[in-house]
Amino acid sequence: MKAPTLKKDLFVMLIFSAVILTMPFWLEPLGAGYPDLLQKFAIFGIFAVGYNILFGLTGYLSFGHAAFLGVGSYTAVWSFKLFTMNVLPAIVLSVLVAGLFAAIIGFISLRRSGIYFSILTLAFAQMSYNLAYSVLTPITNGETGLQLAKSDHRIIDRLFSEAGEGLPSTTFFGLEMSGYSGFYFCAVLLIIAFFISQRIFHSPFGIKLQAIKSNQTRMKYTGYNTRPYLLSAFVISGMYAGLAGALMATTDPLAGAERMQWTASGEVVLMTILGGVGTLIGPMLGVGIIKYFENIFSAMNEQALHQIFAFMPDWLADIVVAITSPFVGEGWHLTLGALFMIIVIFLPGGIMEGIERIKKLFSRKTEKPVQQAEDNATS
Amino acid sequence: MSNIILKIDNVQKSFGGLKALSDLHLEVEEGKVHAIIGPNGAGKSTMLNVCIGRLAPDSGTVTFNGQDMIGKEPHEINQAGISRVFQTPEIFSDLSVLQNVMIPALAKREGAFKFNMFRSLSNETEVNDDALHVLEDIGLIDQIDVHAGSMSRGDKRRLELAMCLVQHPKLLLLDEPTAGMARHDTNRTIDLLKRIKERGMTKVIIEHDMHVVFSVADHISVLAQGTIIASGTPDEIRGNPKVQEAYLGGAHL
Repeated sequence: MKAPTLKKDLFVMLIFSAVILTMPFWLEPLGAGYPDLLQKFAIFGIFAVGYNILFGLTGYLSFGHAAFLGVGSYTAVWSFKLFTMNVLPAIVLSVLVAGLFAAIIGFISLRRSGIYFSILTLAFAQMSYNLAYSVLTPITNGETGLQLAKSDHRIIDRLFSEAGEGLPSTTFFGLEMSGYSGFYFCAVLLIIAFFISQRIFHSPFGIKLQAIKSNQTRMKYTGYNTRPYLLSAFVISGMYAGLAGALMATTDPLAGAERMQWTASGEVVLMTILGGVGTLIGPMLGVGIIKYFENIFSAMNEQALHQIFAFMPDWLADIVVAITSPFVGEGWHLTLGALFMIIVIFLPGGIMEGIERIKKLFSRKTEKPVQQAEDNATS
Repeated sequence: MSNIILKIDNVQKSFGGLKALSDLHLEVEEGKVHAIIGPNGAGKSTMLNVCIGRLAPDSGTVTFNGQDMIGKEPHEINQAGISRVFQTPEIFSDLSVLQNVMIPALAKREGAFKFNMFRSLSNETEVNDDALHVLEDIGLIDQIDVHAGSMSRGDKRRLELAMCLVQHPKLLLLDEPTAGMARHDTNRTIDLLKRIKERGMTKVIIEHDMHVVFSVADHISVLAQGTIIASGTPDEIRGNPKVQEAYLGGAHL
């Protein structure tokens, strides 16, 4: 449990970057090698990695992080409408606005801990969601969602060129934000986001957050003012969510209030727990698994099931299809729920705990022969 | 007469109708080991809680090193130089023994809040060395990578003591440091307390074990029903009939 050295951290970073950047290749045989889904992995990855800085390190369970995601998306689209189609200002603005928003919500919610904190964050998120539909319609465009229009100002873009025919698309200094270039853009940001999270985990600041999770009373009597630590973690994770929201808007310049709904907050909690709370890689794994299976299962229907079970006798296939059909298509959430329950009951530490257990199993197996060799040597 | 580092003056504290502390006066000299003894429910723990800001007294003052401590947050009181060992060890069960000791060392160095998310913990060599030094001293050096939550109760107590010592506090408050310890561990703790005493750290110690009290204390105050009924050197206390009556039940020490 010694603090890993910088060298080891960089090594992990290198492997992580390689794995992320080669995703289009090794996900191809799994049927997930297309840009839309890859982009989703990267964006939700950023969301979950950031969420883990709050939930994983401090143990404060926020049920309102989707609000920051939504704020990020709206800010990005406004930046596209008012200033420029370049994604850089949109991303910077989104992160700042989401951070500010998180500072306000965090300042109030962090007066309480435990379940009361969760309820407060949930209340704030639902409030934002409802406001987006009602009072704030001039900013959010209500149910239709905030979209680009030909009449938008785009002040900065107008300085350099005339408005073209049709709606412009988002770019990063000329690089289109759709297809593979869009994915690589998100992937690079994910790698940066992961790197920052890794630095936080292994910094004095990060270890203090973990100590707050472990025993906040002791922290106070050890001379720490815990509130600013918690607020910093909250704001950082809010900024990550804002970044994820902005990236959603860069791939598809549209922002709707449904991104702020509590189900979206719940999803990131699920991803983090499924992968392994408080571990560096865990949330990423959770995102991968949930988004991958969502993609496969939600696309299935009864016909597809019949094809899969075609090798069975007809009567058996009918029964099997009848049993499995509620779990696919619209009912994919049922599968997710069942998967989540199995993980929480048998592997409370998520998939990372499973990996640790397998590792131990193997190291025990490899240790034995060594032990025997030593025994032989002594006898 | 040497410097008074902690002065509790006229402190009152009631819980509902129950008077826990009434008219409490206490002066602790710098560099001394001051033991507080008294029967159960005399208000000993309440007194410590008032000193560290866990409880606010109804009235009265607590002055530490010339500063008024009433109304200060617990972390401010710690930063002023008071560390406390609790009756049930308050440690970071999810972290390693070394990390448990590094965190208080960092508090001493960095203050109540420092935002250094890009610094690497493995570069904090001075804090690391401080922590190792204290752990060596207290006899936990062979357990630095152990998960603190999995240690024995006696080891947890020693770990908590290490966490306080690494801060080099001006005043160390110990709430029954040997409660529930085996004889062997108790003797070890006495040795340790004596060694710390040589370094001139002021200590206030609450203890039931008279063997411990008379081995380490320079000064003893007897607390009964929320107020100090006697105060003096161990010999004075030993011979005080009032103390024998109220607390020791007439038993001869």
